Amino acid sequence: MSVRIGVLNVQGAVSEHVEHVRLAGAEPVLVKHPDDLQGLSGMVLPGGESTTIGKLMRKYGLLDPVRELAQKGLPVFGTCAGMILLASRIEGHDEPHLGVMDVTVNRNSFGRQRDSFEADVAVSGLSDDQPFPSVFIRAPHIVEAGPDVEVLATYDGKIVAARQGGLLATAFHPELTPDTRLHRKFVELAEAYQMATARH
Amino acid sequence: MAQVGTERVKRGMAQMQKNGVIMDVINAEQAKLAEAAGAVAVMALERVPSDIRAAGGVARMADPTIVEQVMKAVSIPVMAKCRIGHIVEARILESMGVDYIDESEVLTPADDKFHVNKREYRVPFVCGARNLGEALRRISEGAAMLRTKGEPGTGNIVEAVKHIRLVQGQIRKVAAMSEDELVNEAKELGAPLELLLEVHRSGQLPVVNFAAGGVATPADAALMMELGADGVFVGSGIFKSANPEKFARAVVEATMNFQDYDLLVRLSKDLGEPMKGIELSTLKDNERMAERGW
Repeated sequence: MSVRIGVLNVQGAVSEHVEHVRLAGAEPVLVKHPDDLQGLSGMVLPGGESTTIGKLMRKYGLLDPVRELAQKGLPVFGTCAGMILLASRIEGHDEPHLGVMDVTVNRNSFGRQRDSFEADVAVSGLSDDQPFPSVFIRAPHIVEAGPDVEVLATYDGKIVAARQGGLLATAFHPELTPDTRLHRKFVELAEAYQMATARH
Repeated sequence: MAQVGTERVKRGMAQMQKNGVIMDVINAEQAKLAEAAGAVAVMALERVPSDIRAAGGVARMADPTIVEQVMKAVSIPVMAKCRIGHIVEARILESMGVDYIDESEVLTPADDKFHVNKREYRVPFVCGARNLGEALRRISEGAAMLRTKGEPGTGNIVEAVKHIRLVQGQIRKVAAMSEDELVNEAKELGAPLELLLEVHRSGQLPVVNFAAGGVATPADAALMMELGADGVFVGSGIFKSANPEKFARAVVEATMNFQDYDLLVRLSKDLGEPMKGIELSTLKDNERMAERGW
């Protein structure tokens, strides 16, 4: 049976992630309310406007339960705004959102929309060595990563992909290209989590 | 190497806005209120559409000072409007670094035949459309996002409903056609065949489509989503209502939860007076903004 992966359905590139989760061989589940979190083996936080998504996650009572699940080991994959939601520290802001990943992020690090770009980026830990086609849209980057964080990719000297246990974060948008390698990597993390929790 | 201004980067920006509300603002204070209420972007203007109607005369690109003040005030994306076909206003807005340009029928058109060739810009464009042919013509000129036009500045949803229903109905029709009918359909619609083939195969528009032009209540915003919009533009509705802050928050939540009717009950309560609105039959033909654009 394929693993169930939640896709946060508040705002942003939700349908694109749903499609990629399906292509990666897992069953996507839309998550808007705390009830939707039942029986998930992983969760995706899509790109969108982090301020808007963070605000509405609080309002719908999603922030605390998702944080608890992530702290207990539920794999979570955050792209762009999703990476900001995961971070423990956001430059220029007092309060993080989920705050579960030991990184400091800077928002809109690459400039305004006219500076948004695509580039091929070498990402480690994928199924092959081909560079990943990466779309950066008003993208953030990781300024500083804690000792338990594995840096998976840098671009222009900036950390743009990282992993800490089951937490996977990219500054770019793998859901906007046909490449599903990062989603497949995440599905492997979710499968490992499902195996581990089934044993208990 | 890094490539800027690609189709994927421009359309992708609009994909990040889906399920969101884009609000018209005329100063930094309103922009901050919109951001705090959960807007995914703001449209920086000198006047909202209902005031443009009231003022009359020629409506042009906003004073760059206003746009810059809004850009400084918020971290969400900032859009601004240029006149239809006004290549230079578009270049000025691009040069200022606005995140999205709206080539808009709300302003007085600068060109009565041609729209801006939007492929030549690094900054993405959103354009208005009343039907599938108009939508696909704008995409072929390089629009990275669409909005059904409605009738701006009226607070009357009827035209917005008409336009989104027409576009969605035409998409369903094209999707159901056999491929040998499409050349003739392209001729009928005045749309490029390649884009029509794309709609035929995918059953949807190749870019994100928001609804605009007449949203005056949270229920109006939810209606647009129900009819298939990817998100909503709210122009005069917010800051012409009795309680803009409460109204803005209610519209954001209604858009994201458009089928949660218990929530919509709560969101619709005690909002105070919405904008007064205009009955469409009282508008003269030359007062209809949606007719602008070709």
